[in-house]
Amino acid sequence: MRFFRTMLMAAGVLATVAAAPVSAQQIRIGLSAEPTAMDPHFHNLTPNNGALSHIFERLVETDPKNRLIPGLAESWRTIDDNTWEFKLRKNVKWHDGTPFTADDVIFTFERAPNVPNSPASFASAVKGKTIKKIDDHTIHITTPAPHPLMPNDMSSLLIISKKHGEGAKTEDYNSGKATIGTGPYKFVAFVPGDRIELVRNEDYWGEKPQWEKVILKPIKSGPARVAALLAGDVDLIEDAPTADIARLKNDPNVEVSQTVSRRVIYFHMDQFREETPYITAKDGSKIKNPLLDKRVRLALSKAINRNAIVERVMEGVAIPAGQLLADGFFGVSPNVKPPAYDPEGAKKLLAEAGYPNGFKMTIHGPNGRYTNDVKILEAVAQMFTRIGVETTIEALPPAVYFNRASTGANGLPEFSFILVGWGSDTGETSSPLKTLLGTFNKETGFGAANRGRYSNPELDKLIAQALATVDDAKRQDVLAKAVELAMEDVGLIPTHYQINTWASKKGLKYEARADEYTLAMSLKKN
Amino acid sequence: MTAFILRRLMQSVGVVAVMSLIVFFGVHIVGDPVYLLINPQADQEDIEAAIRALGLDRPIWEQYWHFLTGALQGDLGRSFVFGEPALKLILDRMPATLELAIAALLMAIIFGIPLGLYAGLKPQSWVSKTIMAGSILGFSLPTFWVGIMLIMVFAVMLGWLPSTGRGPTATFLGITSSLFTLEGWRYVLLPATNLALLKISLVVRLTRAGTREAIHQDYIRFARAKGLPTHRVIGVHLLKNILIPVVTVLGLEFGNLVAFSVVTETIFAWPGMGRLLISSIQSLDRPVIVAYLIIIVLMFIIINLVVDILYSLLDPRVRLGEKSA
Repeated sequence: MRFFRTMLMAAGVLATVAAAPVSAQQIRIGLSAEPTAMDPHFHNLTPNNGALSHIFERLVETDPKNRLIPGLAESWRTIDDNTWEFKLRKNVKWHDGTPFTADDVIFTFERAPNVPNSPASFASAVKGKTIKKIDDHTIHITTPAPHPLMPNDMSSLLIISKKHGEGAKTEDYNSGKATIGTGPYKFVAFVPGDRIELVRNEDYWGEKPQWEKVILKPIKSGPARVAALLAGDVDLIEDAPTADIARLKNDPNVEVSQTVSRRVIYFHMDQFREETPYITAKDGSKIKNPLLDKRVRLALSKAINRNAIVERVMEGVAIPAGQLLADGFFGVSPNVKPPAYDPEGAKKLLAEAGYPNGFKMTIHGPNGRYTNDVKILEAVAQMFTRIGVETTIEALPPAVYFNRASTGANGLPEFSFILVGWGSDTGETSSPLKTLLGTFNKETGFGAANRGRYSNPELDKLIAQALATVDDAKRQDVLAKAVELAMEDVGLIPTHYQINTWASKKGLKYEARADEYTLAMSLKKN
Repeated sequence: MTAFILRRLMQSVGVVAVMSLIVFFGVHIVGDPVYLLINPQADQEDIEAAIRALGLDRPIWEQYWHFLTGALQGDLGRSFVFGEPALKLILDRMPATLELAIAALLMAIIFGIPLGLYAGLKPQSWVSKTIMAGSILGFSLPTFWVGIMLIMVFAVMLGWLPSTGRGPTATFLGITSSLFTLEGWRYVLLPATNLALLKISLVVRLTRAGTREAIHQDYIRFARAKGLPTHRVIGVHLLKNILIPVVTVLGLEFGNLVAFSVVTETIFAWPGMGRLLISSIQSLDRPVIVAYLIIIVLMFIIINLVVDILYSLLDPRVRLGEKSA
C-alpha cells in the first residue's frame, strides 16, 4: 500500500515536471467521431468533410449560418439557363507553391466520382454536369436543364491539386503524399484512431489563421470528451453530451457555444401498404393501415408534446419542429408552426377516422444514432398510448435498423412508424423535400430515403418546379409552398431540430456552426 | 517438441477456417453496411453504385470464395469504412494495444503476486483482510465507471495525469512504443490501471489460494526444518509451485487484454485495436471484423502454446508430447 502511495506521489511530481506549458499557439480539439480518411473524395461524411476543410477548400464555402460565401471562386453567376460561370481567385497557391488554376477544378470533377472502394462518393455533386475551362481562372459548368443548386453542389466538393492528385489513391492522401491543399492549414500527420496534426499555412490567401498548430483528437465517449476538456487536455470539444451542458454552462472555466443545426428529427409513416406489419387492432387482429388516413397522421402529430420532448428528454438542447428546417434556413415557410399539443383534438380526429378506441402499434428507432433517440421513442410511445394508440417501442442497433427500415421487407421498407433524423447538406429545404417526401422513383432520383413511401403528385410537381427555378426569390416561394403542402398533408411528423453544442476553455470562443463542422478557423481568442 | 508445435499449428488452421466462415455469414445475416456508410443525400443510383463498389452486389458464397482466395495469399480484404487493407489497419493499431496490455499485465504481476503472497502467509492480519476486500471491489466495479472515476480524480481534480490519448512514441531496437518515453508512461498509467484492477484482483486471489494450500505441505515444512532462510523458502520453493495456475490464467488474461480492452480504449481514446473492433462491429465492416478475429484466434493459439512451454520449464514433470495426446 505504501508503495502504491509512493508511486502516486512520484507520478504527481512527474506530472508537474512534464506538463510544460503548452504553447499558446497550439490548439487541441476533441472530436466525437473519427474521420475515416484524408482523401477528400473517399467518404462523403460530416467528420471527414469537417476535418478536411482545414486543408482543402471548395469553390463555394458556407458561413456558420449555412449561407453561401465565396471560396476558391470569388464570384459566380448564370450566363444562360443551363450554364453557370465561376470566376476563380487568382492569388491562390497550393501548399507546395504551385498556383491554383481551372485545371485543378476540372481534375477534381474527374476524380471525385471515381475513387475506388468509396462507400459514399461525391458522384452526386458532379453528376450530369459538364465542365469547361474558359481561361485559367474562369470555368463554365453546364447542365441539361436549369440547375439552381449549382452553388450549393459546389459547396460540398473539396478541390484537389491536379499535380498531386493524378494517380493518387486514398492511401496517398492518408500518408500525406497527395494531401496538398489550398486551405488555411497544412497536413502534418494522420494517425488513425489517435490524431490529425496540422500546421498553419503561412502563405494563406485569406484571413491569416490564428493557430500555429492544430491537433484533432477523436474522443468518442461523451463523458471522456468532457473530462478531457475539464482536465485541460483539449481546448475545444464538439458535441457536448446533453446531460453535461447545464453543468458546463455553470463552470467558470468553460465557454459553451450553441446554434440550431440543420438536422431535424422526425417520424416516417408507412403510407404505401394496405396492411402494415406493425399495426393491429387492440385485440391483435389485422386492420387496414390507419396511417393511410390523413386524420390519423394528424392525430398522432397532435398527440406529441414537443415542448415536453425538448425540455425533458433533450434537456433544452433542441427546438420544437413543425417543418423540415428551422427558421432562418432557405426554403422554409414562415406560415408553418409546430403543431400544438392537443390530446383531446387528437382523440376526436381518431374517432372521426373510425378508430374511437385507437389501435395497437410498434414504433421503431435506432439505438445510439441520434441524441437521446431511445428516450424520444419512449416518450412518444407514452404520448400515443395516452390518446388510445397502444404503442410499444423497439430500438435496434443502427446497423440493423437502417437496413430493415430501408429494405427489410423484400426490398421494401419493413416498419410502420419509424424515428429518423435528417441533416440537409445543402442547408435548404429542397434536399429533405426531394429525398424524404418525393415519390420513390429511381429514374428521377426522388424519394431515395422516403422510408414511408409517401407520395403526392402535386408535391412532386412543386419540388421539380423548385429544382428548376434559378431565381432565388421565386424558388424560396415555391419551396415554402411545397413545405406547406407536405406538412398540411402530414407526409411525415417532425418533432424537433437538434442544437449543436461546443464547449471550449475559458478565453476561447467557438463560433457555432449549423453544419456541425468543427473548424479551428472558427475558434477565436476572446 | 517440434512435432507437438506442428500439430498445434495444424489444428489452428482448422479453427481459423471454421471461425471465418461463421463470422462471414453471421455478419452478412445482420445486414449490409451501405445504409450506414452512404451519405444520406445520395439517390438510388448512388446507393447502388456504393453497393457495387464494396462488392456487396455479389452472392454471398461468391464473396466468401473471393475472401478465401485472397486470404490464402495473405490478403484479408479491404475495410469498407477506411478503404485500406484490413490487416494493415489492425497491425497499425496493434502496438498501442500491446503496450497497454503489457503495462496492465506488469501491474497485475507486480502488485498481484506480492499482495497475494502476503494475504496467503498472514491470512489473519487486517492488512490481508483489506487486500481481500479490495480484490472483491476490483472484481465487481464496472470498468466503465472505474475509468471515468480515474479520469475525474487523477486528471480533472488533481491534474496529475493526462485524461486521454497515447503519449509520444520513441523507437528502440526497431520497436516503436510510447513505453520508451517518460511522457508516454504518464499517458499509459491511467488506462493500464483501469485494465489492471481486475487482473490484480484475480492474481491476488489465485496466489493467496495457492499459498494457503502449499504452506502446509511437507516440502515447505522440510525446507524450514532444514533451516533455510524464509525468503528462500517463500521465494523459491513456495513461489515456484504456486505459479503454474497463475501463469495459465495470466496467459489467457493477456490474450483478453489484447483482444477485448474495448471499454478502456474507448474511455481513454486509446488508439488501439479494441476501438477499431467495436467501431467495425457497429458499422458492419465485415473485412475488419473477420481479419480481427482471425488474428485473435491465432494469438490465443500462440499464447496457449507459450503457456504450455512455460509449464514445462516451471515443472519439469510436465512433458509436452504427452499433454497434447
